[in-house]
Amino acid sequence: MEENIIQVENLSKSFDISSKKPGLKGTLKHFFKRETKSIEVIKNINFGIKKGEIVGFLGANGAGKTTILKILCGLIYPSQGKLSVAGNLPYKRRSNFLKNITLIMGQKQQLIWDLPPIESFYLNAAIYDIEKFEAKKRIKKLSDMLEIEDELYIPVRKLSLGQRMKSELLAALIHKPNILFLDEPTLGLDINAQRNLRKFLQIYNKETDATICLTSHYMKDITSLCKRVICIHEGCLTYDGKLEKLLKKISPVKDILIICKTEKDAIELRNSGFIIKNQNQKEITITIKKNSIKSTLKNILNKFEIEDLYINEPPVDEIIGNILVKNKV
Amino acid sequence: MKISNYIKIYSLFLSTSIASELEYKTNVIIDFITAILSLIGSIFLLTIFFQNTDNIGGWKFEQALIIQGIYTILNGITNTWFNPNLTEIVKHIREGTLDFILLKPIDSQFFISLKKIAPSGFLEIILGFALLIYCIKINQITINLGFIILCLTTLCCSVGILYSLWFLISTTTIWFVKTWNATEVLRSFLYIGRFPLNSFSISLRVFFSIFIPIAFITTIPSEVFLGLAQLWEILIEIVVSGIFLIVSRKFWFFALKYYTSASS
Repeated sequence: MEENIIQVENLSKSFDISSKKPGLKGTLKHFFKRETKSIEVIKNINFGIKKGEIVGFLGANGAGKTTILKILCGLIYPSQGKLSVAGNLPYKRRSNFLKNITLIMGQKQQLIWDLPPIESFYLNAAIYDIEKFEAKKRIKKLSDMLEIEDELYIPVRKLSLGQRMKSELLAALIHKPNILFLDEPTLGLDINAQRNLRKFLQIYNKETDATICLTSHYMKDITSLCKRVICIHEGCLTYDGKLEKLLKKISPVKDILIICKTEKDAIELRNSGFIIKNQNQKEITITIKKNSIKSTLKNILNKFEIEDLYINEPPVDEIIGNILVKNKV
Repeated sequence: MKISNYIKIYSLFLSTSIASELEYKTNVIIDFITAILSLIGSIFLLTIFFQNTDNIGGWKFEQALIIQGIYTILNGITNTWFNPNLTEIVKHIREGTLDFILLKPIDSQFFISLKKIAPSGFLEIILGFALLIYCIKINQITINLGFIILCLTTLCCSVGILYSLWFLISTTTIWFVKTWNATEVLRSFLYIGRFPLNSFSISLRVFFSIFIPIAFITTIPSEVFLGLAQLWEILIEIVVSGIFLIVSRKFWFFALKYYTSASS
């Protein structure tokens, strides 16, 4: 059996967080006698990730996704539990471990603001002990893949957000890491830039067999990149498995768009007791349970004059949104 | 990582920092002018102090100029390296960009202390050395190899103490998040180092020797210049500097265990 490149057992993390009451009195009290309480943000989590896997971490804001990524890459000390990333204890931050991983954060940047990105790339190459000739080759290859050859020589502050994010990716990948931790990498990017970034990550994963751990609030990132997802709710792991299975599990319904031949049929259909999701003159969308599709369709086709009919899964965003808000796993 | 790699990385730090600074030409020119005016102002202040007296705390004007020269060099070093880097620690911790530094396979203290430089500080260092050379001439100090080694050693120790103090204060940001004021207080204490330690009362002398070791930062190197320093003073300066450097490094690694990173 293939061994896990990331192994997490009974992982917990607590933070001491201070709280403040509103108003001047609260401010003074907060200044002189700060009340702190220990909050367990990660609670006894277990999972393993195999080499080459792309795993999406799902959860609402504050669920603990980013904290898990930061523990995995060695930035935060865990309070309890065992963990191993590429055979290392991440928080020891040994050189050979750091050369194996990278962290990309959509909302933070490491490029030198006033200089063209190429300067940051060569600096990173030197830090990772990569020869100039080899660094040049890698920059050429990655900039081709990311389509940013022309932007390499323009100061970072003059680049668009999309170009900057691509440059951040190049800076973070110059040392060919085997494990990528991506924390909302497409944050703030337009649709095209998001798509290009996803395409790049797919190709990168295929070519290098790199393991990718990803958090994102853009569901398209998760659905197009991750076959497997880990759901986190208030610090607890609530689901670990295939995305497809999760969608089936939490969404046992289908949407059927029915286009009636006449207005009269449409009115009758509306009044037949189905759950109506949308209606527009002769077009009606009803939601039915997956296990009753056959009988429902038979019933509709027998009773009404139907021009056309489409069976759809409810939008993934809607389903995953339910996981995030209601923890319906 | 090998020393040669660190040298290579530092040369890249230098070139990228200078390139970044030179992007804003006017700012660099203003900084250069400020450095010159600041030195002129300090010397002018010193001449006012010595207007009605020949010596302050046993130091003549020509001798006090040595302290000014050393102060100017240290201030130049502060402006070139400490100010652009060590004040950034607070920003790195508040904004969570320290994450990128901690994940590099390189000594984090080296990275965070030397990543940037402000070229205008170089002018102050040059002016400080020029003033010292002038002081050597007017004080008729004879130079030999031993003298140069002793002067440079004590100067390096001063830099070590000042850096460690600043770094220690900045490191506490990991717990307190915002400590700008503390580093500003340290800077203002350094201004006191422009004057001979003997010109202060005994209680202040004790305070500036033990709690904030300004005495070690400017006065002892100045005494070495004038040939007044005792061997034990120089040895203590070396030991104090070593202790400060070790403590600041250990404290940094200890503090990192409590680093929680900023939220996303």
